Amino acid sequence: MSLLSPEWTGLLYLVAAVCFILALRGLSSPKTARRGNLIGAAGALLAVITVFLSARIENIPAILIAIAVGSAIAAPISRRVEMTQMPQLVALFNGVGGGAAALVAMLELGSSESPWTKVAVVFTMLVGAVSFSGSAVTVGKLQGLISSRPLVFPGLALVMGGIVLAALVAGGFVVATGAPLWAVILLVIGLVVGALLVLPVGGADVPIVISLLNAFTGLAVAASGIVIGNLLLVVAGTLVGASGTILTRAMASAMGRGVSGILFGAFKGGSTAGSTTQSDRPVRTSNPEDVAVLLNYAQRVVIVPGYGLAVAQGQHTIAELATTLEARGVEVVFAIHPVAGRMPGHMNVLLAEANVPYESLREMAEVNPEFKNTDVALVVGANDVVNPAAKTSPGSPIYGMPILDVGDARQVVFLKRSMRPGFAGIENELLYDPKTSLLFGDAKDSLTKMLGAVNAL
Amino acid sequence: MDPVTLLTVVVLAVFVGFEVVSKVSSTLHTPLMSGANAIHGIILIGAITVAGQSLNPWLLTVALIAVVLATANLVGGFVVTDRMLKMFAPRKPAGADAKDATK
Repeated sequence: MSLLSPEWTGLLYLVAAVCFILALRGLSSPKTARRGNLIGAAGALLAVITVFLSARIENIPAILIAIAVGSAIAAPISRRVEMTQMPQLVALFNGVGGGAAALVAMLELGSSESPWTKVAVVFTMLVGAVSFSGSAVTVGKLQGLISSRPLVFPGLALVMGGIVLAALVAGGFVVATGAPLWAVILLVIGLVVGALLVLPVGGADVPIVISLLNAFTGLAVAASGIVIGNLLLVVAGTLVGASGTILTRAMASAMGRGVSGILFGAFKGGSTAGSTTQSDRPVRTSNPEDVAVLLNYAQRVVIVPGYGLAVAQGQHTIAELATTLEARGVEVVFAIHPVAGRMPGHMNVLLAEANVPYESLREMAEVNPEFKNTDVALVVGANDVVNPAAKTSPGSPIYGMPILDVGDARQVVFLKRSMRPGFAGIENELLYDPKTSLLFGDAKDSLTKMLGAVNAL
Repeated sequence: MDPVTLLTVVVLAVFVGFEVVSKVSSTLHTPLMSGANAIHGIILIGAITVAGQSLNPWLLTVALIAVVLATANLVGGFVVTDRMLKMFAPRKPAGADAKDATK
């Protein structure tokens, strides 16, 4: 029995869809973002209550238990995970969503009659499976379980072509026969395609791929809405697919990359491979006390935070160092590269967590012309985003990526763990510049020593 | 569902999707991606519908797996986004709110 008429169900789903639109809109501005997210959650809750009241639902206890299990797994992880591991978590949730869409479509295959619905089934299964396994590979790369370097083998393009052809054939059989066996084969092929698509992507481009797979899952959800005849799924999925596409393009352009170049660059041969001739040229090393003196007597310091800072959990220490220096009359600002950290905006989140005031965070376009008037540029755990190779060497994988022009500052100090190149795996010329000094060690450790030295001055 | 109505809905939704995120600053890219990620967790209602119609225990099992996965996407997505956004809240004098978040 159902408590709600189809009309009421449709209206409540419409309200939920409007909530999702308002959520995305709210998320586009810092002031309204949190409220926007809550509106989205309210819409989702409304939709879930509606589905229970609208259709004949059997097995309600089992479904409620499954929902409880899913929540019990996801909520604690989401609350506890370190902010630095946020990108992995988003990728993980995206992947399971894609997997769920693929399973829903597969189960509906038996009850779908028209060939068009079956085409939608095939689309959902394929895209959902690609999103699932692709996300799994991105999680592996970000978590360091799989090498973040592009994984390419000879004949990859050929294998990829063959597997896509196989997917089309299997999809054709699913539409023609509706046989469960072909559906399972299709699912497996989708999983292989997802893995092969993401493995060749270089580490620095992984965030963009997460965003792209997010849009994929949106499309899969939209198609699953066509399969089970639910307009809310169609609207919500399409919204995510469209906004995800725009977001992916925005992220890619922030890094000066094209989306197709990221995905298929490796197929064309070595575009993301990078030449890493680790040289043993001399570098100027420094110690925490010297750097402290340098900072204390500077007029203007620009701090360039990178992922290394986040890994070392040094964001609180650097916030304290900035406050201390400011109390001594030094002007301190943070220069945030659009892709500092692992995802665009990631570093803003990390520094906000450490109570760095929003006003001292500067975006790249704003801060770049000011490096000329800067006494010290303090680069903490960042490398690729300040690498002049992006401007000077056309052969480099990061060529064309906008960078922070720290080389214009009078002095540059790098806090690094080692001479190892960054995530993109490219040597940084700036490290050998005469005005650059390097302070090796764990970022938090070095910062703590520097803070102590500044306080002692 | 009438195919033309469906197409109309899809096309309009595409334009709305393009429009609402067209002017977002790079600062909010991560939370926005995470929020959009939570929204497609609404596949949960699809999973519930399918599980609610399964009579065969094997198919029910697969459907319940889909329910678990979709719930993880939906609940986890919104919680994680909220946690990120908590940090964009205007500074309170002693940062009372943000202190909690670091725990």
